[in-house]
Amino acid sequence: MKGILISMKVTLSAFFRKPVTRPYPDVHKPLPETDRAFPILLWDEAHTEPYCTGCHACERACPVECMTVLMKDNPNHVNNDGTSKRKKIIDKFWIDYARCMRCNICVEACNFEAIAMNNTWSGHETSVYDRKDLIMDLPQLLAQHRSGNIDEWVVS
Amino acid sequence: MSNKQIETQEILVNMGPQHPSTHGVFRMVLSVDGEMITDVQPYIGYLHRGAEKLCETMDYRQGIGFMDRTEYLANFNAELSYVMAVERLLDIEVPERANWIRMILVELNRLSSHFMFVGAFGVDCGVFGTPFLYSFRERERLIDFFEEISGDRMMYAYFRPGGLAWDVPANFVSRVEEVLSSSEQGIKDMDGLLTNNEIFLSRTKQVGIIDGKAAIDWGMSGPSLRASGIEYDIRRAEPYLYYNDIDFDVITGINGDVFDRYFVRLQEMRQSINIVRQCLANLTSGAILADAAARNLRTPPGEVYIRTEAPRGEYGIYLVSNGDNRPYRLKIRSAGFSNLQALRDMVIGSYIPDAVVILGSIDIVLGEVDR
Ligand code: SF4
Ligand code: SF4
Repeated sequence: MKGILISMKVTLSAFFRKPVTRPYPDVHKPLPETDRAFPILLWDEAHTEPYCTGCHACERACPVECMTVLMKDNPNHVNNDGTSKRKKIIDKFWIDYARCMRCNICVEACNFEAIAMNNTWSGHETSVYDRKDLIMDLPQLLAQHRSGNIDEWVVS
Repeated sequence: MSNKQIETQEILVNMGPQHPSTHGVFRMVLSVDGEMITDVQPYIGYLHRGAEKLCETMDYRQGIGFMDRTEYLANFNAELSYVMAVERLLDIEVPERANWIRMILVELNRLSSHFMFVGAFGVDCGVFGTPFLYSFRERERLIDFFEEISGDRMMYAYFRPGGLAWDVPANFVSRVEEVLSSSEQGIKDMDGLLTNNEIFLSRTKQVGIIDGKAAIDWGMSGPSLRASGIEYDIRRAEPYLYYNDIDFDVITGINGDVFDRYFVRLQEMRQSINIVRQCLANLTSGAILADAAARNLRTPPGEVYIRTEAPRGEYGIYLVSNGDNRPYRLKIRSAGFSNLQALRDMVIGSYIPDAVVILGSIDIVLGEVDR
C-alpha cells in the first residue's frame, strides 16, 4: 500500500509543474540553428543567380542517390557581357525529398557553399498527398533562400 | 467434477507482428495450455532492411547514416562502434576533445534509451499513460538537446571517422547540466512511480527468471545479463574512449527476473549521470577532427572487430577491408538479437500476459535485431 501512495504522490506533484506540451500547429517549437531538415539551394543575391555550379559533387556523395544535377554554360558569365565569374551554372536540379535521409553529406561535399540544410519549420512540414510532389525542382529548392526565409547555417 | 476430468487442449496463439507490445514488428507464436505458455516460437525479420549489405556499397562517411537506422534509440552508440572500427583500421588518433564529447553524448543517449525503456515497460505492465508520458517528457528534453548538437532528433549522423562532424554550440556545458538535472528529477519520478509500487512488483518479481549461466550461454549482454548477477560491462572489461579514467559502478541484479532487469537499468541511469558529470570536468578545448581523417577515406586491407557497451548490450562491428574506400564486409553484432534468443527460456511456464512483460524487459529494438 505504501508504494502505491508514493506513486500517487508523484502523480499529484505533476499538477503543480509547468506543462511541457505545446498546442502544435498553432505554436511551433523554436528550432535550433543547427537544425537539419531537407537540403535547399542558396541564392547569390549579388549576381542574381544560384551559387550552384552544377559540379555533381553532391550528387556523387549522396548515399541514397536522390539528387539529379544538370549543368549548362552560364549566360551571365563575364565573357558573355555578364557579371558573374561562374563559367558553368546549374541548369536543372532535382532532389527527391521522399528519398533523402537528411544526412548532411551533400552540404559537406559542396565546394561552393551552394547547398544548405533548411533549418526552418518549412523544411519539416512537407507532407503532400502525392509522393511525386516531393521531388523538388530548381525553383522550389531556391525559393526558400531567395525569399530570405532562412538563417544560413553552413558547416564549414 | 474433479480437475482431472477437464481436458485442456494445447492451442497456438499468434502474437504480432502488428501488436503494440512487441516494440516494433516482431511475431511470437505461443503454444498455450489454458493460460500457461508451453512453448514459444519467435519470428524475426520483418524489419530487415539489409543495412549490412547496404553499407558495403557506401563509403565510410555514407555508412554512418545507416548505423543510425539500425539502432534507432541509441544512435550515438551505434555510430560510435562504426567510426571506432574505421579509426582502428586507419590507425588514427582522435583528438581528446572529440572523445570527451563522444563520451558525454553516448552516455546521454544511454539515458534517453533507458527512459524509453522504463516508459514502454510501464505500458507493458499495464500502467498505461503515467510512466510512459513522464519518461517521454524527460526523453524529449534529451532529444531536444541532441537536436541542438547534431541537428536531428533521431538520426544524428554526427560522429565521423576521426572525430565529430562539427563542434558543439558554445553553451554546451550549461545545457548538459540542465538536461542532467532534469533527468535526475525524471529518474526520481520513475523510481517513485514504479519501484515500490505493489502492483508493479507483483507483476514483475519472480517472473521470467534466467540464471547467470543460462544468460551467458545464450550470449546475452548488457543490463539484461547484469540483472542475472554477472558483473560484465564492456566499459570495464575492455575499456574504450576514456572509461578507464572514469569512476563508476557496474550495477548487477540478484535474481535475474523482470524486476531486476528494470532496476538495473534504473540504477544505470544514475551511473550515466555520474559519468557525464566527470566527463564535463575533463572536457578540454581543441580540435574535433583528426587531421589524418581526409574526406574520402581509404582503409588499408585488414579486419577489425570493435565492440562497445550500448544501452542494450554489446554492439559490435566486424569490418573487413580490402583497401577500398568502403567495407568489403560489414557485420553488425547487435545486443537485441542475442538477448532475444533467451526469450524461450524465460517465457516457458509463465502466463500469457507475462510474455508481454518479459519481452518488454529484454528491451529489444527491432531495427537492431533485424538490421
Ligand atoms: S542530405 Fe544526404 S540524402 Fe539528402 S540529398 Fe543530401 S546527401 Fe542526399
Ligand atoms: S550544390 Fe554544390 S556540390 Fe552540388 S552541384 Fe551545386 S555546386 Fe556542386
